[in-house]
Amino acid sequence: MKDRYLPLALVPALAALALPFVGSLPTWVTLTVAGLAMGMMIFMMASGLTLVFGLMDVLNFAHGVFISFGAYGAATVLTRMSGAMQADSLASDLSAMLPAVAAAIALAALLGWFFERVLVRPVYGDHLRQILITMGGLIVFEQMIHVVWGPEIIPLPRPGAITGSFIVGEAAIERYRVAAVVVGAIVFAALWWLLNRTRIGLLVRAGVENREMVESLGYRIRRVFVAVFVAGSGLAGLGGAMWAMYQEQVTPQMGMQVLVLVFIVVIIGGLGSVGGCFVGALLAGLLANYTGYLAPKLALGSNILLMVLVLLWRPRGLYPLGRA
Amino acid sequence: MHKALLSLAGVNTHIGQYHILQGVDFDVPQGSLTMLLGRNGAGKTTCLRTVMGLWRASAGRIVYGDTALEKLDTPAIARLGIAYVPENMGIFAGLTVRENVVLAARGGEPDRGRLDWIFGLFPALKKFWHGAAGNLSGGQKQMLAIARAIVEPRQLLLVDEPTKGLAPAIVANMIEAFRELKRMRTTMLVVEQNFGFARSLGDACAVMDCGRIVHAGPMAALAADHALQTRLLGLSLGAHQ
Amino acid sequence: MRALLSGDLPRSRVLALLLALLVLGLAAAPFVFPGTRSLNVAAKVAVFVVLVASYDLLLGYTGIVSFAHTMFFGIGGYGVGIAMARLGPGWGALLAGVSLAFLLSIAIALAIGLLSLRVRAIFFAMITLAVAAFFQILASQLSAFTGGEDGLSFRTPGLLRERLVAYYAVLVVSAALFLGLLRVVNSPFGRVLLAIRENEFRAEAIGYRIVHYRTGANCLAAVGATAAGVLYAVWLRYTGPQTTLSFDIMVDILLMVVIGGMGTLYGAVLGATLFVVAQNYLQDLMKLASGAAHGLPLLPALLHPDRWLLWLGVLFILCVYYFPTGIVGRLRR
Repeated sequence: MKDRYLPLALVPALAALALPFVGSLPTWVTLTVAGLAMGMMIFMMASGLTLVFGLMDVLNFAHGVFISFGAYGAATVLTRMSGAMQADSLASDLSAMLPAVAAAIALAALLGWFFERVLVRPVYGDHLRQILITMGGLIVFEQMIHVVWGPEIIPLPRPGAITGSFIVGEAAIERYRVAAVVVGAIVFAALWWLLNRTRIGLLVRAGVENREMVESLGYRIRRVFVAVFVAGSGLAGLGGAMWAMYQEQVTPQMGMQVLVLVFIVVIIGGLGSVGGCFVGALLAGLLANYTGYLAPKLALGSNILLMVLVLLWRPRGLYPLGRA
Repeated sequence: MHKALLSLAGVNTHIGQYHILQGVDFDVPQGSLTMLLGRNGAGKTTCLRTVMGLWRASAGRIVYGDTALEKLDTPAIARLGIAYVPENMGIFAGLTVRENVVLAARGGEPDRGRLDWIFGLFPALKKFWHGAAGNLSGGQKQMLAIARAIVEPRQLLLVDEPTKGLAPAIVANMIEAFRELKRMRTTMLVVEQNFGFARSLGDACAVMDCGRIVHAGPMAALAADHALQTRLLGLSLGAHQ
Repeated sequence: MRALLSGDLPRSRVLALLLALLVLGLAAAPFVFPGTRSLNVAAKVAVFVVLVASYDLLLGYTGIVSFAHTMFFGIGGYGVGIAMARLGPGWGALLAGVSLAFLLSIAIALAIGLLSLRVRAIFFAMITLAVAAFFQILASQLSAFTGGEDGLSFRTPGLLRERLVAYYAVLVVSAALFLGLLRVVNSPFGRVLLAIRENEFRAEAIGYRIVHYRTGANCLAAVGATAAGVLYAVWLRYTGPQTTLSFDIMVDILLMVVIGGMGTLYGAVLGATLFVVAQNYLQDLMKLASGAAHGLPLLPALLHPDRWLLWLGVLFILCVYYFPTGIVGRLRR
């Protein structure tokens, strides 16, 4: 019992710990919301990676490419539809953002399907070649971004209704961040429901523990693999789209830049655990924002230090799976 | 002589560079329980795994009913009505007992009557129905593993060392459960090291050594021949109970 | 010759010829290919041969994927850079900087090795990625010390200021280091590494402590990379995060070692040469091709000189699938 809930408690603990250092409550509120929002976006980007790893023992070093393609897909749609966003209403903004996000997910999922079929499937079980092949995929597809979209930074039009902040007391809380938290929570809830309340989720959870036994029970788990891989890529695309809209720009390296953070979060959470990934992502997001305010020089490295600390406490992550 | 439900002919299996099965021939008659015996490392587990498709036979034929199994993949083999209970039980520790059983019921929710029958055999499973399977004791896990294999009717059960590491009282429980299955004329191939267990349940037996079958025949005959037992299994009767 | 190459002959006429040509080319470069650009290319080839060969020790011979190799490369570079920039361009300072760099590298390699070589390959790879990223952040943040994003420019001591002397110094040391790696790989230690890579369980069963050997390989590879970093910094008279610590360089190393041929060491030589030459001269070729394809859809963008990495990436993937022993393997067929 304690094992399962203690890591969860870390999130509010970290937030509480930061309060005295930050000093002012309104600033703390802003930072915490920002941290949670960032954490949610990282969770979306990382959840696919950890699930694919847990189920299929495949670590896709090219995961960053799905993030980038999602971001660029969203950017393209948003730029095309920037006219629709001129009217400052939520409805018109959503009419542009929803297709953008849908395009991002679709594009990333398609790319994921291609990856699984062409690159990953032939090297199942061979970790060394997997790492190399996915690195190769990373190189090739990062270059393809340049080919298709060019090397310049593409600015994103930001939808009017979501821009700006709520004022709660003395704290300014950006609307977009709240939206990100909401979306992230929905994604987590949906994933949780899928994994714990559906038959396919049962298959995935069982398959993560013991693939062979699931096959011995008569299930073609390979098909589930593909579905999970594609879903994971789609999720990464979603994360990328939200990240792009948050940053208000897309660059060819953005997938790679956030990939180290994604890896750290996956390691902290425990390879294969969606819940762990969620906690890890929130911790990482909060920490990045708190240190960004308190000690900017430390901010970039703070999450790596977090990873080291977590590994010292639990060497296989917060929620390690059964396998060694 | 009953017709053979499963028959192996000349089955060879290589694992990496190791030649484990070196020409296995035997039949599993329909409607009875065949015990697969032998010393450690003889290849008994490899035999079951090869039938189940978890390891590919490098040569030989495996015929189940009218179907050849050597080229099929594991899910296909399972769908032909073969259930497998591995040596390490294959319990999904993170899932509840209920989820373990539900997963094994390919047709959806398990039949209520069947479940009640299983609870009759293994009352502990009903008690811990919503608990995590990882928290069960060794004996209970074994019960769960067997329950999964029988939650839906299956034509052939492959069971690997069901009594390994179990206390004598639990072993008695197991014997009762297997007797039930025998009463229902389920065809079973069971690997066992516990000769007492084997003797009380086996109809036919096959003994393996160094990847080959060195003896096959009725269980009663082996049980009566102490010299043969000592030769094949290195046992004296008092040792294994 | 056998003794010099520690018994590890090229085993292919074409390969031997290519290697001989390369050695001659590098040795005679200042005279045959005059100009700063070609000398830079030659020096870079020499340095990267050492860098990639030391990575091959890790990847090809021990079967470990590590992303921390550029970190050690950077430690070597910064060891020289910081010593030269902060302590002045003297031989003593150079020695101090180099020694400290080696000590630091070995310490970190030991730490990484002992802490994480017990875990699965994928976990290890990710940890090395995080550690390397941390180091990169450190280098760019501690700008008072390391010159931050801009790096450090400095002068080298005495004789090394002569470009020709510096060039031949780099060349000779690189050659010595490469031959040293050949020695390691063909020694009993190297053979145990291969045994571990082939069948870990068996090796452990026979009695070899896997962790010790892997850590040893990790340390040797780190030393090799650090040495390469020292050489590169001495040549460039500059150290910075872009030239040493960038993830792009790690990717380049992977490309070189796989395309050249993993587990052969000579693959590193071919791979490094191919890559560095392509990096500098292929782009001109591609510019021509791209211009020729003007007006066609997508093709000009695909052939754009900046996209040379795309094609190398494709080649890389093909090599992982079909030519796991790379060019060298093909030549030896």
